[in-house]
Amino acid sequence: MRRIYFDHNATTPLHPQVLETMLPYLKENFGNPSSVHSFGQKTRQAIEQAREIMAKFLNAEKPEEIVFTSGGTEANNFAIKGVAYANRERSNHLITSAIEHHAVLNVCQYLEKQGMNRSSSYQGFQVTYLPVDKYGQINPLNVEKAIRPETILVSIMQANNEVGTIEPISEIGQLLQRINAERRAKSQERIYFHTDAVQTVGKIKVDVQELKVDLLSLSAHKFYGPKGVGALYIRKGTRMHSLFQGGHHERNRRAGTENVAGIIGLAEACKLATLEMDKEREKLLFLRKKLEEGINKTIPYAYLNGHPEERLPNTVNFSFEGLEGESLILSLDFEGIAASTGSACTSGSLEPSHVLLAMGVSGEIAQGSVRFSLGRDNTEGEVDYLISILPKIVERLRSMSPLWEDKIRLRGGQ
Amino acid sequence: MKTSPTNEMSEWLNAIGRYLPLRGKMYSEKVMEHFQNPRNVGEIPDADGTGTVGNPVCGDVMRLYIKVKDGIILDAKFKTFGCGAAIATSSMVTEMVKGKSIEEALKISNKAVAEALDGLPPIKMHCSVLAEQALKAAIDDYRKKTMQTDEKTDSNR
Repeated sequence: MRRIYFDHNATTPLHPQVLETMLPYLKENFGNPSSVHSFGQKTRQAIEQAREIMAKFLNAEKPEEIVFTSGGTEANNFAIKGVAYANRERSNHLITSAIEHHAVLNVCQYLEKQGMNRSSSYQGFQVTYLPVDKYGQINPLNVEKAIRPETILVSIMQANNEVGTIEPISEIGQLLQRINAERRAKSQERIYFHTDAVQTVGKIKVDVQELKVDLLSLSAHKFYGPKGVGALYIRKGTRMHSLFQGGHHERNRRAGTENVAGIIGLAEACKLATLEMDKEREKLLFLRKKLEEGINKTIPYAYLNGHPEERLPNTVNFSFEGLEGESLILSLDFEGIAASTGSACTSGSLEPSHVLLAMGVSGEIAQGSVRFSLGRDNTEGEVDYLISILPKIVERLRSMSPLWEDKIRLRGGQ
Repeated sequence: MKTSPTNEMSEWLNAIGRYLPLRGKMYSEKVMEHFQNPRNVGEIPDADGTGTVGNPVCGDVMRLYIKVKDGIILDAKFKTFGCGAAIATSSMVTEMVKGKSIEEALKISNKAVAEALDGLPPIKMHCSVLAEQALKAAIDDYRKKTMQTDEKTDSNR
């Protein structure tokens, strides 16, 4: 059976060239980078070279601003908890959005619960969850309104994983620069700015100077690198606490022996992204348009979720009225096509997507949403195949649905 | 003969090799089979009882139709909006009630439906609960209707 993968926002296959560069570090170059002998120094050099590549890729000022982590979740935990704990003596307010990934939302909710018991010497953290418009975009004015004297950190994703909407990060960054200048004049502490760039790195340009962020999370396996490795960019001068206590790795910021092969793979994936991103984007935009038009033409009562233009070039999220997303995913899987409902991390949850709900989509319509996320190996023929079988599957599931039956009846038995 | 620790170890490893692929799967073969080829999908236009349960916001709505004669469920059909487990449990419950008396049908528990499908993942057990509730709602509806007809026949006398 033909097997087609349209779930690249969940994960991507390892690029063969990435694997090639990793292999020596899984075999003969096994030294511990913290060791003084030549085995260790060989891998140490490779890691520092990878750090330089990463710094250049993100346009960071210095390689030391890159800290390698076990992935996006750790990078987000490190960024938010690290800044929150380092500044908790002076302040306790965080700002994020309602549509963040759970690796940000659940960290914020965890912090909200901190210090709520009376024995704690600190007051609990307070979090503002910013609303989004119907396209899933945050209004920078809402960020400004939410800022309080106690605000420590603003954390907004660069693009949403479920619907692909790109957020106005550099506008928010500019706003925060202005506010921080005012604060400095009043000798108040600054507000830090974090962005979760897990879905954007490798898909669109990510430049920490342009975005004006202090912290940026990324994950290798979302752009043809290996799983289990990611990085956090930490602008020089950012006050942070570490998550782990242990050895002096990563300049005391992240204890634990480095995932050497993973780090080498991550850097190689960044190199390839630099070389191929522009060409890839053109292709993805073409396929995305074709898929959207195909669905709009062949399936009634299908609604595109996310921003019409300011969206990741590979992400297409549709709600199909009258059916439930998982049954569509299973049916597609029988035809060899892999797609997903909102987020792979929340499948198994009964709640409709928090992203779609925040965008004002009704619970019922949100339950019928499916995400197709395209990648570098997808072809026009694969998109054609999807368009050719999707209408039949949607029709079958609707014919089984009592909600669809009621809808038809209300419309006068069409 | 005493089994050496190495043998025990290798048996244990073999067992893991056998069971892991099964454990890793979300749905049993039977659930997938019922999802792909659901039995008794549709409506019964002159149904004797209809029950609709669930909530679209939670992702599952089931509607069950039954045709009853002399206290025996002759036919059952369903329409379901929901996940794979919701469709499979609806299909299974309609299969289970056909030919049963109302009293027997009322004894069908959600556990029995789940077991008939070779189990459901814990997070999907509520689908089998919904299937049981849909059946009970359809039977309730049937009883109400028959009582009304009885009353009508009484008053006509």
